Amino acid sequence: MDGLSITVMIVKVLIVFAGVMIGVMAMTLAERRISAFMQDRLGPNRVGPKGILQPIADGIKFLMKEDIIPTAAVKPIYILAPAMLIIPALMTFAVIPFGQTVTLFGKQIALQVADVNIGILYIFALTSVGVYGLVLAGWSSNSKYPLLGGLRSSAQLISYELAMGLAAVSVIMMAGSLELNDIVAAQQGELFSWNICRQPLAFLIFLIAVYAETNRLPFDMTEAEQELVGGYHTEYSSMKFSMFFMAEYANMITAAALTVTLFFGGWDIPLVNEVSLGFFGGILSVMAFAVKTAFFLFLFIWVRWTFPRFRYDQLMRLGWKVLLPLALLNIIITGAIMVFTA
Amino acid sequence: MLHSTLFYISAIVMLASALAVVLSRNAVYSAILLVLTFFSLAIMYLLLEAYFLAVLEVLVYAGAIMVLFLFVIMLLNTTREEAMPKLIQLQKAASLFLVVIFIFGILLLIVGGTTELHQAEVISTVGSARALGTALFTDYLLPFEAASLLLLVALIGTVYLAKRKM
Repeated sequence: MDGLSITVMIVKVLIVFAGVMIGVMAMTLAERRISAFMQDRLGPNRVGPKGILQPIADGIKFLMKEDIIPTAAVKPIYILAPAMLIIPALMTFAVIPFGQTVTLFGKQIALQVADVNIGILYIFALTSVGVYGLVLAGWSSNSKYPLLGGLRSSAQLISYELAMGLAAVSVIMMAGSLELNDIVAAQQGELFSWNICRQPLAFLIFLIAVYAETNRLPFDMTEAEQELVGGYHTEYSSMKFSMFFMAEYANMITAAALTVTLFFGGWDIPLVNEVSLGFFGGILSVMAFAVKTAFFLFLFIWVRWTFPRFRYDQLMRLGWKVLLPLALLNIIITGAIMVFTA
Repeated sequence: MLHSTLFYISAIVMLASALAVVLSRNAVYSAILLVLTFFSLAIMYLLLEAYFLAVLEVLVYAGAIMVLFLFVIMLLNTTREEAMPKLIQLQKAASLFLVVIFIFGILLLIVGGTTELHQAEVISTVGSARALGTALFTDYLLPFEAASLLLLVALIGTVYLAKRKM
């Protein structure tokens, strides 16, 4: 590796990290403003023009608050748990291609931090590890509501991970590769070549599972405030508390980006050949990716303030008795079609 | 250089955490340390360019199986440190016997084993998903089916145990 490629790599890492963090800040504001509009309120609009500096005010507030550690807590794990949640959340975006390859200073630069040949499995592996943060936060608080939240999250995340993975398998079968670049490439070309048109059932299963994986309503059993006070983060305060929220929003951004990559052609714009447009096409592709991801982030908020919460047994039944068999059926149908049309 | 440094770091972390899994009296700590062991093992696989195996290690063992372990430990709520149970004499003898066999096997590999498998190209084909899948469904079909049958039997047994009272 020469000096230039190391510099390019560092710049890419910084851009992705900054992008995700800015996205997290924007999401905290967007969630409050959009929910306010849905409930016919105004929401935070005092800090800065139209309230856009609210996330900074929130950040300062969290930093200044007293950091409380309960006496009965298991201290080392209690302190480690937020980090165990946020580190995988920030690492997952690394393999997602957010634009087509651009040529800069006579060098081909792939707009993706790490091009690993098992990209999608890397994402599933890291999201499955993220559950430790929740479970251990709940357990180490040594208090009944957090423990219940942690237990629920471990059962929920394992159940929906299966449906999510199996829904992705049918997409992998179509692309014939675990690499996210290949999955994007397989969706280019004609108007209806995105996987949403080819795999509508897989998309539906994947979308539902994503909401459960990111602990969002209607599946936010881990922090159901009417039943569990705050769930796994009841005992947390100050910056540790805000780290849970940063992790949740970072997970949402990655999940939205992954949905776009798997089912909505990634950075692809239909009927436009971005590659022939050169550097301008590169910018266009990044913008297309950002717009699509932003739509799915909006969908997260929209769903949250529209749907009531599932009951816990309904959640389990939906995951194991509906989504899992449907995902398996979808794989069999996809396989059959691929064999007969090959 | 970087490879060997990474190897030594992950090897030390793996051995230390594996030892701590056995020595820790608190079941939750043991479980977390076992996850750390799996992670260092995954780094070992990465250094061998077996990316697929590395990710599966994290996905299956760290991400699914250990979460269930932790789930059970938390449900049983064994937060207080358990007293070390007395080892049965037979247990001691059996474990000693197995350790001797294990060390003998490793020595046999070091002394008489082929160096062929240590080359990166060979391992990267072994580690790739496509090569692994092809091998499983052609050359190793019988062991593969036997393993799936074993899992099915275990599944039926679990359902029987869970539903016996109903």
